[in-house]
Amino acid sequence: MPDNTQPIINIDKVCKRFGDFNALKDVSLRISSGERIVVCGPSGSGKSTLIRCINGLERHDSGKILVDGIALDHSASSLSAVRSRVGMVFQQFNLFPHLTVIENLMLGPLKSRKLSREAARQLALNYLERVRIPEQADKYPRQLSGGQQQRVAIARSLCMEPGIMLFDEPTSALDPEMINEVLEVMAELAATGMTMICVTHEMGFARRVADTMVFMDHGEVVETASPEHFFTSPSSERCRDFLNKILQH
Amino acid sequence: MKAFLLIASLSLALSGCSANWGWYVVNPATDTGLSNLKFLFGGLYYTLLLSVTAIGISVTIGLLIALPGLSHNRYFRGINRTYVEIVRAVPILVLILWVYYGLPQIANLSITVFWAGVIALALSDSAFEAEIFRAGIQSIDKGQYEAAHSISLSYTDMMRHVILPQAIRRILPALGNQLVYMLKMSSLVSVIGMQELTRRANELVVTEYRPLEIYTILVLEYLVVILLVSAGVRWLEHRMQSDQRQ
Ligand SMILES: Nc1ncnc2c1ncn2[C@@H]1O[C@H](COP(=O)(O)OP(=O)(O)OP(=O)(O)O)[C@@H](O)[C@H]1O
Ligand SMILES: [Mg+2]
Repeated sequence: MPDNTQPIINIDKVCKRFGDFNALKDVSLRISSGERIVVCGPSGSGKSTLIRCINGLERHDSGKILVDGIALDHSASSLSAVRSRVGMVFQQFNLFPHLTVIENLMLGPLKSRKLSREAARQLALNYLERVRIPEQADKYPRQLSGGQQQRVAIARSLCMEPGIMLFDEPTSALDPEMINEVLEVMAELAATGMTMICVTHEMGFARRVADTMVFMDHGEVVETASPEHFFTSPSSERCRDFLNKILQH
Repeated sequence: MKAFLLIASLSLALSGCSANWGWYVVNPATDTGLSNLKFLFGGLYYTLLLSVTAIGISVTIGLLIALPGLSHNRYFRGINRTYVEIVRAVPILVLILWVYYGLPQIANLSITVFWAGVIALALSDSAFEAEIFRAGIQSIDKGQYEAAHSISLSYTDMMRHVILPQAIRRILPALGNQLVYMLKMSSLVSVIGMQELTRRANELVVTEYRPLEIYTILVLEYLVVILLVSAGVRWLEHRMQSDQRQ
């Protein structure tokens, strides 16, 4: 089989329970290299759970997850192999508050990629440039605005040079005037051919950037479609309802 | 600063009622007074050495005992609970006596007064350190762990570079309290003959029969040391916080 038909992420009938509650029910999804996916759906539908399963922050109960050919079986080796290929950006940024911006960026390269200090520093400065805050390198996270903090968090992930980036509502903790600076950085990243999975309700961004829209509800993938199709003629009732609600304002 | 004024005025007030006092025993102007003073202050070195060595060891043991207490595995947590409960239940004085007189017999080794004191103090304090570390580490947001995982840090690197530096900043006041507590508890090691502040005061009282003056000096010695240590801890705390803020 030629390489390009192999999905870079293959999620096959994955289930995840929290106690008696089924957060994911037989979710299957194939994502090819360079594909940009936007996942949306009502609160509690399992969006975060799904993407957190991809880098092993949640442990799925059954089904298979293959990332870049590696089966996530929650052995230490599969976790570290997967996590070094998959970056993640969180809603709450989760920067390390006791480290400066540049130290936040250098930690992964130094400790998990075992780069030299000089190489790690150079890499960090490059990515700070990419997210357009090179002048903040020596500040502490709390001295930055929310938008700047989230861009630092994106740069921190990129310093691991992952092939895949996961975003879990990266702009929903931000003041409205800061949302665009973060989406801008994400759009630029999308243009570089990065495989991206974004949970977001920013539908303008989705239309502009996504190759594929995924709609989830009650732990199931209800609809997978191209943006044109998704926004003009969604096939399921639930999806139409959802879109009506969020596109109203 | 206020505290020092307080001490100064307190000692003035005490010396005021000179009729009942025999300050001559520690009068630095006389030869015996001076050598008595030197003898008393000489204990400070051992009090400090004992406390600092013991706290260093107890913090290390405390951290090692705290980590299994944070595990998802209930047997690991069991190890932590058992250690903490047992060690906390033994009075320090009893532990000192047991380590000095008992341990050499069962282990067939000889142990100096100093190391018996260090071991007993460190063991008994380690249970409290373990609880402090556990609470401190548990107070760190779970997002910090997730961020550390997401950049593929190993458990050791995550604890060392992400979790512990933040936890230690938070528990610094509690660690400072433990150091103060340790300085006070080190006086108990006098019972096995350690030549620290309290032991020297006791010995001088036996030869000089001036308990009031000598124990007053002893109180002042502890007071000054502990106030200085508290101020030092507060300064460190302040510096570490401004590290993050400025
Ligand atoms: N650690 C957990 N323990 C118990 N239940 C959980 C846990 N994490 C998630 N859940 C539950 O699983 C369901 C799916 O949660 P998830 O966070 O994936 O939803 P979501 O689609 O991301 O929602 P939101 O838009 O609010 O972020 C929710 O009902 C949530 O309460
Ligand atoms: Mg979510």
